[in-house]
Amino acid sequence: MTQAEIKLCSLLLQEHFGEIVEKIGVHLIRTGSQPIRVIVHDTRTSLDQVKKALCVLIQHNLVIYQVHRRGMVEYEAQCSRVLRMLRYPRYIYTAKTLYNDTGELIVEELLLNGKMTMSALVKKVADRLTETMEDGKTMDYAEVSCTFVRLADTHFVQRCPLVHATENSDPGPPPPAPTLVINEKDMFLVPKLSLIGKGKRRRSSEDDATGEPKAKRPKHTTDNKEPIPDDGIYWQANLDRFHQHFRDQAIVSAVANRMDQTSSEIVRTMLRMSEVTTPSSAPFTQPLSSNEIFRSLPVGYNISKQVLDQYLTLLADDPLEFVGKSGDSGGGMYIINLHKALGSLATASLESVVQERFGSRCARIFRLVLQKKHLEQKQVEDFAMIPAKEAKDMLYKMLSENFISLQEIPKTPDHAPSRTFYLYTVNILSAARMLLHRCYKSIANLIERRQFETKENKRLLEKSQRVEAIIASMQATGAEAAQLQEIEEMITAPERQQLETLKHNVNKLDASEIQVDETIFLLESYIESTMKRQ
Amino acid sequence: MVPFSHSHLLLLTVRLMTYSVLTQCLAHYFFMVFLTGSLNSEAPSTMASRGGGRGQGRGRGQLTFNTEAVGIGKGDALPPSTLQPSPLFPPLEFYPVPLPSGEEGEYVLALKQELRGAMRQLPYFIRPAVPKRDWRRLPRELRIRVRKLQKDRSTILVPKRPPKTTEYKEETIQKLETLEKKEEELTSEEDEEKEEEEKEEEEEEEYDEEEHEEETDYIMSYFDNGEDFGGDSDDHMDEAIY
Repeated sequence: MTQAEIKLCSLLLQEHFGEIVEKIGVHLIRTGSQPIRVIVHDTRTSLDQVKKALCVLIQHNLVIYQVHRRGMVEYEAQCSRVLRMLRYPRYIYTAKTLYNDTGELIVEELLLNGKMTMSALVKKVADRLTETMEDGKTMDYAEVSCTFVRLADTHFVQRCPLVHATENSDPGPPPPAPTLVINEKDMFLVPKLSLIGKGKRRRSSEDDATGEPKAKRPKHTTDNKEPIPDDGIYWQANLDRFHQHFRDQAIVSAVANRMDQTSSEIVRTMLRMSEVTTPSSAPFTQPLSSNEIFRSLPVGYNISKQVLDQYLTLLADDPLEFVGKSGDSGGGMYIINLHKALGSLATASLESVVQERFGSRCARIFRLVLQKKHLEQKQVEDFAMIPAKEAKDMLYKMLSENFISLQEIPKTPDHAPSRTFYLYTVNILSAARMLLHRCYKSIANLIERRQFETKENKRLLEKSQRVEAIIASMQATGAEAAQLQEIEEMITAPERQQLETLKHNVNKLDASEIQVDETIFLLESYIESTMKRQ
Repeated sequence: MVPFSHSHLLLLTVRLMTYSVLTQCLAHYFFMVFLTGSLNSEAPSTMASRGGGRGQGRGRGQLTFNTEAVGIGKGDALPPSTLQPSPLFPPLEFYPVPLPSGEEGEYVLALKQELRGAMRQLPYFIRPAVPKRDWRRLPRELRIRVRKLQKDRSTILVPKRPPKTTEYKEETIQKLETLEKKEEELTSEEDEEKEEEEKEEEEEEEYDEEEHEEETDYIMSYFDNGEDFGGDSDDHMDEAIY
């Protein structure tokens, strides 16, 4: 784990789970697998707090445990999983686009709580949906269950590994930690539950600001008496499936940008057909015949078979090589080169970064070196048609930032510099790694800046919150407009201006984080795909 | 064993340093070469006298690489050397591209901020515990937060300078009390965690007392036991004192 990643993990954990969890989590990420006693000793926190923190981290799938020799349990943190927390809003939005509000809330609850049973999840989502509906209407459990089943069928949610049930009673003491196993076939199997009920609306009278501490409020006692039918079967969000979806989206939009809408629809159809047949880490999809594609095109698209064939030929001949032709049977067998597509997307990100950072002439040189693979300095100047001095300057600038690297080819065995060729080349994998590292740093900077801005204006924010609370309570009890006006004037005009600026800045920083995360996704997918092939 | 050659050193500097510092490194390189002696061969120590500190004018200034290839022509002035570390925020040459705006972007942004807020309220957010204080050594009045309540209240009362009817003031004070308690709950959650239940109950009792006392017709400051005497006079500074 690089320092930048650890820093980013620390910031994310702190923002979402508090400082204690952050301390334990970062310690585990730094030092690897450790038993609890060592953690307590090294982080100098009390045993209770370490236990609480570990429970939270395990609940959210950020830490896994293993029983080692002599019965010791060791805990290991998963740095990459912590970094996924940046992407939660994107996952939720995707669920919304695919399965509407119900799906959105299901995925949101799963992500916020780590793991949940189906019954608890359905109940909670139904309650939340009922809140947003008009008075008198409630959300039926059956509808929520239906959406949940659809999510499970398309693999967006999966079962967590189950406690291994030992058939014969063990004579010895129970193991210190359960071993969890999951059967491949059962991963998306929805238990047969008959959840009958409707969402409950929280009574507004109970939420009155009487200052009663929340812990004293009586819980709903009616539900606790019934035994939970699917006890022990927990569900979690299947992030890999979401990533597959994002990857497909990126490929389709790339094709749409490069060619036209129809070709992107064709590619989308091909990807949809390969969803279940191709594992997500395969370099290319299973071959699909042109006839199959024609049959599976969406209903609204009525293009003739010849037009489809023409489009497919065009796509296969494209230098980007997103689509490849693997055979001629069935009207032509076509595949989608997933690995090449990811490579092109990563390269495009690199080019874009060079262009925005160094200018379009540098980008020209960069694309040139990419295309020709290895070039001498003189050749760069000639091909790019840029004067020598500027070309040297740009090359060195890019070299210093590690977008371009030098390859030496000695003429003589003593490697004398005057008798060696120095060739400029772009090593996409290492440049991608470098850019990924920079992205992590950028996001860490963005989060820090946002926290700094919020802290600077903390007093003002608190004041505005108080005023809002006063206004809200006064409106609830029915006050005149004049009084409300007076209370609103408690915040002066320059303060309001300051608040506006703060809000604008924080929004901008947040939006930037989301944008950088998209780049991170592309680069990580490419690096992962390359690593798997080696 | 490959002898450590100057060419390697130069390449290393070319690769690692930025262009502006490159020249400085070149200057360093020349300096080092000057120090170590001959440029073209590794002279053993016994031959030091023959090799001398320098090539004695013969091989002086000869380098193993082609200066033109690097970019320093004959007779060209070297670029100015850097005298200070590079600035913390280097000047931005190109303005960054605007962020994508639109319905999707705004929705995801709102989601992000909402999630952040929501996660703070969940039970998974563990707040740091209050450090244990030894109550035997501290005055009893510090443990119960009567003093804190009064102090906080007086700061909120300051904006309510314009005269209003006493009943209205009562109402607002009540509302402020409740909001204060909510706020204090929040701040107490942030600053100190209510771990012990006795502490919770004790504070609750205090709340009840305050509320109970609130139902009288008199303002709380009527029963002022003189603790806030000094403090109050500061608050009334903007009003004329007759």
